[in-house]
Amino acid sequence: MSLAPLDAATLYGLMGAILVGLGLHGVVILSGFLRRLLAFNLLGGGVFILFGVIARRGAGAGFSGDPVPQALVITGIVVAFCATALAITLIEWLAEDDGDDASGGGS
Amino acid sequence: MIALVLDGGIALLTIGIAAWTIRAADDFAAVVGFVAYGLILTLAWTRLGAYDVALTEAAIGGGATGVILMRAGARVKPAPVARPSKRARILVGALSAAVAAGLSAIVLLPPQPAPSLALEVRQHLASTGLGNPIGGVLMAYRAADTFLETVVVLLALFGVWSLGRDAHWGGRAGPAPRPGEGGALPLFARVLVPAGIVIGIYIVWVGADAPGGKFQGATILAAMAILAGMAGRYPPGRSSLSASALPAFRSPAPSSPIRPASRSR
Repeated sequence: MSLAPLDAATLYGLMGAILVGLGLHGVVILSGFLRRLLAFNLLGGGVFILFGVIARRGAGAGFSGDPVPQALVITGIVVAFCATALAITLIEWLAEDDGDDASGGGS
Repeated sequence: MIALVLDGGIALLTIGIAAWTIRAADDFAAVVGFVAYGLILTLAWTRLGAYDVALTEAAIGGGATGVILMRAGARVKPAPVARPSKRARILVGALSAAVAAGLSAIVLLPPQPAPSLALEVRQHLASTGLGNPIGGVLMAYRAADTFLETVVVLLALFGVWSLGRDAHWGGRAGPAPRPGEGGALPLFARVLVPAGIVIGIYIVWVGADAPGGKFQGATILAAMAILAGMAGRYPPGRSSLSASALPAFRSPAPSSPIRPASRSR
């Protein structure tokens, strides 16, 4: 194994790794459900970018990137949207259900 | 070299916006930060040469997710500030940094040669009848996955339908100006929606051979419906009714997405 060359894919790969770390930190440390959901989506964005870097490095056969990881990311973004919509509904439901502990909960 | 500086700038900006989103003082600011994050991430995707993903990220990851998060930010009370203890913060920070460092190591020490299925995709693409390789993977090679993805969307809709309050259904999105009034929003809805509907259908159609697809196109169509709804022009026929004739329109509409609306119990 040799060190990756300093190119766009490596730069965005490092960015993705840092985004995952930031998002993970936010999911654990933040107190509001909505803020945790946001941090979870930030984390997801980082994971998707890492997929994009893998796709970029797998470029070949005339494609600018390996189409399989890119297709997986498209599926992932749609599923993340669905999960976020459901989570928001749950958060609103909780906020209406019990007064003071509305969006705090958890921590 | 210039390109690398540009990439570095986009990467730093993305990380900065993400950190700001996590540290933002109030929920609404955090949601706005998240939408900005989605848009700047779209730039990163185009720089990685993944235009299909960039389109999806812009339409769904930033746009549609941003819209539903803004509604939630307006409805849910801001979280009480409960800072965890210093020791917990240091521990979580160290563990998160360790995860980021581990992923960075994988990025910096990639397997040689890089794993790729590009050649296999190319070999059989002609038999799928699609010109866009990503469309080919989504619609032919992984057709069952994409079908199940649609089922996931449907299940999420059932979940939202079951758990959401009845009063929130049929409510107009965002602040409601009086229908028929002049102003930027009704004009915007009149000018943009017809073109947007054509673009949405085009994105679905063109997805066979070029960047595009059904989820991306459908999201643009949904955005047009939301825009028309905000301007009081959708659903058609309702716009002429006064607010008193339609209590569902009046009661749930948050007065402003910026301030948390007072909820009726």
